[in-house]
Amino acid sequence: MQNGNLIETFDLVKQFPIGGRKFTALRDVNMKVRRGEFLGLVGPSGSGKTTLLNIIGALDKPTSGRTVVIGMDTGKLSHKESAMLRSEYLGFIFQTYNLLPVYTVYENVEFPLLLLGMEEKKRREMVISALKWVGLDDRARSRPSTLSGGESQRVAIARAMVKRPKLVLADEPTANLDAENSFNVLDMMVRLNEELETTFVFATHDDKVIRYLRRKITLNDGRIVEDIETVPSPPGQGGE
Amino acid sequence: MLVLKLALRNIIGAGLRTWLNVVVLSLAFVLIVWTQGFIQGMQEYSQRALIDTEVGGGQFWRPEYDQYDPLTLEDSHAPLSPALRKLVNDGSATSILITMGTIYPGGRAMPALIKGIDPSQKALNIPAGMLGRVSDGDIPGLIGQRMAKTTGLREGDFVTVRWRDVGGTFDAADIRIAAVVITDMPTIDQGQIWIPLERLREMLRTPGEATLVVVDKDTATVPEAGGGWIFRDQEYMLKEIVEMVKSKMVSTLFMYSLLMFMALIAIFDTQVLSIWRRRKEMGTMMALGMMRSRIVALFTLEGALHGFLAVVAGAIYGLPLFMLSKKYGFPMPDVVDDWGFAIPQKLYPSYGAVLLLGTTLLVLVSVTLVSYIPSAKISRLKPTDALRGKMT
Repeated sequence: MQNGNLIETFDLVKQFPIGGRKFTALRDVNMKVRRGEFLGLVGPSGSGKTTLLNIIGALDKPTSGRTVVIGMDTGKLSHKESAMLRSEYLGFIFQTYNLLPVYTVYENVEFPLLLLGMEEKKRREMVISALKWVGLDDRARSRPSTLSGGESQRVAIARAMVKRPKLVLADEPTANLDAENSFNVLDMMVRLNEELETTFVFATHDDKVIRYLRRKITLNDGRIVEDIETVPSPPGQGGE
Repeated sequence: MLVLKLALRNIIGAGLRTWLNVVVLSLAFVLIVWTQGFIQGMQEYSQRALIDTEVGGGQFWRPEYDQYDPLTLEDSHAPLSPALRKLVNDGSATSILITMGTIYPGGRAMPALIKGIDPSQKALNIPAGMLGRVSDGDIPGLIGQRMAKTTGLREGDFVTVRWRDVGGTFDAADIRIAAVVITDMPTIDQGQIWIPLERLREMLRTPGEATLVVVDKDTATVPEAGGGWIFRDQEYMLKEIVEMVKSKMVSTLFMYSLLMFMALIAIFDTQVLSIWRRRKEMGTMMALGMMRSRIVALFTLEGALHGFLAVVAGAIYGLPLFMLSKKYGFPMPDVVDDWGFAIPQKLYPSYGAVLLLGTTLLVLVSVTLVSYIPSAKISRLKPTDALRGKMT
């Protein structure tokens, strides 16, 4: 982690083959993210937000350029090393929650800790604590199919946060939620960001999320067109 | 350990899908063992019956004798050598004299083998003692139920028999059916009539002669016979039946393979469907930091556990079924008479350790393999594609 930066990208380019041609999703993206930031990659559909998020999360590799996440050059990592980076340091929150359907809420939240090989007693403490954070400790035995959208996303947040990752990557986390649930989960993320100093990076074009951001990086056609500090204006603070 | 734990969670969590899989697999497993048990039981029975009623511990033949060529019978008889006579006198062997003849049941002429056997013999499981039932000077004869059906003869009936003696002279006499014997062995039944050995020797004018000498199956050592008699051991005598059963086993093997194939298709289909349905789940697992090799291991193990559960479920309802069918047998249809070897009216299956363990192992290995194939496909899936639910 040079210069206290959690994420650094250098001339990042990502191209996808479409038919016989190449579609450029990211063009010369350079950015730095410090620890504890609450930032969003914003922009219209197809602007490259999710692609950038996937590269930062070591789920995808750039066509050219470099990405350094928590001191590791993700382009040079093997599959195994990428998996270890994600397992140890990163948390993911998805638009469609992506809960494991046959597991209970407890088992879903426990899953990342199992991958870390944590012992059972500590695991239980952390899972219960994470579920309390998101106010779902009474739904520990429920299956995802019995949860509402808001509850499912809160489980996904608990799962992303349970191992206290350094970085949480959230891809359109409120896209499937109504306003009330969106604000609830965003309040929760802000609280986690402030209490645990976890860095949050969102990919979003949802105004509700944008109101919570402290930094906004706008992408258009694969390029960063704006990178600004913003003042959060969540509904409880006079925003609405 | 983690993979096992997750696989168990997945299997338990999948609920009905798991049990459907297990039921289909276990049905195939039980059906395979059950049918193979019957085939094995049939093979064992036919060999045992052949040994008991025909082959014994082996046979001494005249060099000219060919069991498939009745024309060789004319020259295939000779007096017993001293060694054979001793064996017969000791009760360790029995002489059989055979000639070609013609019978006239209901006025129709039918070729038949006339076989002479000692009514007091113990070497073969043929109820020759029934030949002693007729004592008023008639020639007693035994026939099997197939011969009775073909000729329409019943116990107490007379049938005219014509034969040629050793000098080539034709002669004829009436034989009285002393008994109709119920036997599973078509080879001692169809187209033949058994009469007392001494009467046949008189009829053929071949005193003290025999076509073959059957050694008791419990006779430990078979002496050199001398006098031109050739010993045909059990292996030689059973060669044909083993080949015949083998040919029947080809069709059973086909059935076996078909059942196994269906079971494997079921599990393969389920696994492929699982991947299709669960690719997003896999992407999530990858995103959460699960290594590809572990995902492959997880899905392979899930398949293997399906196989294991199928074996356990199969054992729960299969073992009682196997035991019941072994105890009470299974009635066989008449059509099996045409198979050419002994099939009992009730067949008792035989479930050997090789069959049970072999099939179990085969099911487990095959299921694991067909689970691995689609799982290996997952290992090539890009996490971003998997998360989008896309197959590449």
